[in-house]
Amino acid sequence: MTRLGGRAGHLVFGAWILLLAATPFIASNYFVKIATFLAMYAALALSWNFIGGYTGYPSFSTAAFFGLGAYSGALMQNAGLWVGFAWIGAALVVSAFAAILGFAILRLRGHYFAIASIALADVLMLIASIWAGVTGGGEGLNVKIMPGGPDFIGRVFLYTMLGIMLAAFVTTVLVDRSALGFGLRCIQQNEDAADMVGVNVTRYKATAFTLSAVFCGAIGAAYASWVAYISPVDSFSILLTLKVPVMVLLGGPGTVLGPVVGSAAFVILEETIWAKYLDYHQAVLGVVIVLLLFFLPGGLLRMLSRRSGR
Amino acid sequence: MEYGQVIANGLMLGGLYACIAVGFSLVWGVLNVINMLHGSFIILGGYLTFFAWLHLKVNPLVALAPVAAVLFSIGFLVQYLLVNRVITQPVLTTLTLTFGLDMILYNAMNLAFEATPRRIVLDLGRLHLGGVILPYDRVVAMALALVLTAILYLVLRTSRTGRAIVAVRMDRDAAALMGIRVNRVYAITFGIGALMAGACGALVAVVFPITTSVTGLFLGKAFVICVIGGLGSVPGALVGGLALGMIESLASFWFGPQQAILVGFLIMLVLLMVRPTGLVGKKGYE
Repeated sequence: MTRLGGRAGHLVFGAWILLLAATPFIASNYFVKIATFLAMYAALALSWNFIGGYTGYPSFSTAAFFGLGAYSGALMQNAGLWVGFAWIGAALVVSAFAAILGFAILRLRGHYFAIASIALADVLMLIASIWAGVTGGGEGLNVKIMPGGPDFIGRVFLYTMLGIMLAAFVTTVLVDRSALGFGLRCIQQNEDAADMVGVNVTRYKATAFTLSAVFCGAIGAAYASWVAYISPVDSFSILLTLKVPVMVLLGGPGTVLGPVVGSAAFVILEETIWAKYLDYHQAVLGVVIVLLLFFLPGGLLRMLSRRSGR
Repeated sequence: MEYGQVIANGLMLGGLYACIAVGFSLVWGVLNVINMLHGSFIILGGYLTFFAWLHLKVNPLVALAPVAAVLFSIGFLVQYLLVNRVITQPVLTTLTLTFGLDMILYNAMNLAFEATPRRIVLDLGRLHLGGVILPYDRVVAMALALVLTAILYLVLRTSRTGRAIVAVRMDRDAAALMGIRVNRVYAITFGIGALMAGACGALVAVVFPITTSVTGLFLGKAFVICVIGGLGSVPGALVGGLALGMIESLASFWFGPQQAILVGFLIMLVLLMVRPTGLVGKKGYE
């Protein structure tokens, strides 16, 4: 795994990002859309990896961050703010939300933390449905459509998502090498022992939780501008909350490249195989999860490095 | 008199809620597993009861026993064949596994039954108590929910299997050393959790429309009740269930039905911060 985490891993990632960035010039709009989703899910998976992979906290709040980002970005944009500022603003709102709530719910452990983090998305979804005067309620909210035609818009959002993915990746590399990453791994292994030897667990966990939120917020806002319509049920979808951790588990939690590999494998699998069976979509995803947990603990990366190690 | 009705509604709802949460709480307490299948188990029980009533003309209250037996077998097998394999792994693994299984069951139910809400109409009439109106079907459902909860309590306290479950909850390793087959106890416990969910589903079908789209709602209620009442005891689930019933009834009277659900979640989050053991939480599952 160290082999893939080092320079070779960065090269693989660089080639991947170039390939995705080249899609508008070499492939049809369908592939541009897929590339955008690949970048988007990679960034979400990299985000979750901070709290779920490195720190080992069973966080299920991806949808809460994503949805909050979508709504705050859409509202700022509709209030007349420039799109880019609206995305950055949404990222800041979501980070503040995560930082404040992090101090409260990160005192919980295990199941209690998992339930609190699931409930966050439920609470936000209910607020978005109830507060109809601002959020449009259950009917959803229209976002201004960007001018410039479908080709141009497709490229704008591809490069936006790629940019966010790159930012999340670079942050992961930096965290992985820093004292923060070391501390988070200590917390994952034994939180009480980490506390005893002087790791500031409260601050480290809150940092990891905030890092797991900031890019989700930006992506939520960019996604809202992309699809130009958001509703409470879609924005705070429980499926998203589950999909993202599954992608990381598929790739390899607590590694730099794992979330990228996992999300890519997942999205490609989803698009090529089971998007054709819409009626069974959820069931197939369920089967994938069960098989993954039984036969691929540790993810694809560990399987690869084990093979090559022999 | 308005408040009399609101309180009566809260109590009727609360009885059902206690029954909904008690199986979830048992599984969480003994197996240390958050069973994401619980909401779907309830709805599956509701569907089986509905179809027994529609096609075979079986009274829902009679159908309750066989439906509960079917759900017990499903739960037992799920735990014995699948969840037991990852039972010692972290929360993330067990929760994700039951989540994945839930997606399979949910999808299967959607395909088999379609999501149209269905409701059993018994029309037993109403009981007028002063100015308070109590539909008999609701009263019966609440009473049965409380009876089931009480039976579970007695089973855990007095039966051999019940004592084994409590012993495993207290100390898994010590229980194994005393000759208890832990994996079998786990499977039985999960089975009982599913049994309670199925029985509740039968009762829910009498009172509410049954549709797959509410599985998440019931699961969320089980979370809230466990946190309010405290995890791992029958009295905890009872107190939590009745409390949530009253809270929702009052909140929906004051603010509206959607707001009532929000109030429940917010109370749960606050309680998690200040009193994670719940109102009557304690260690052993007595």
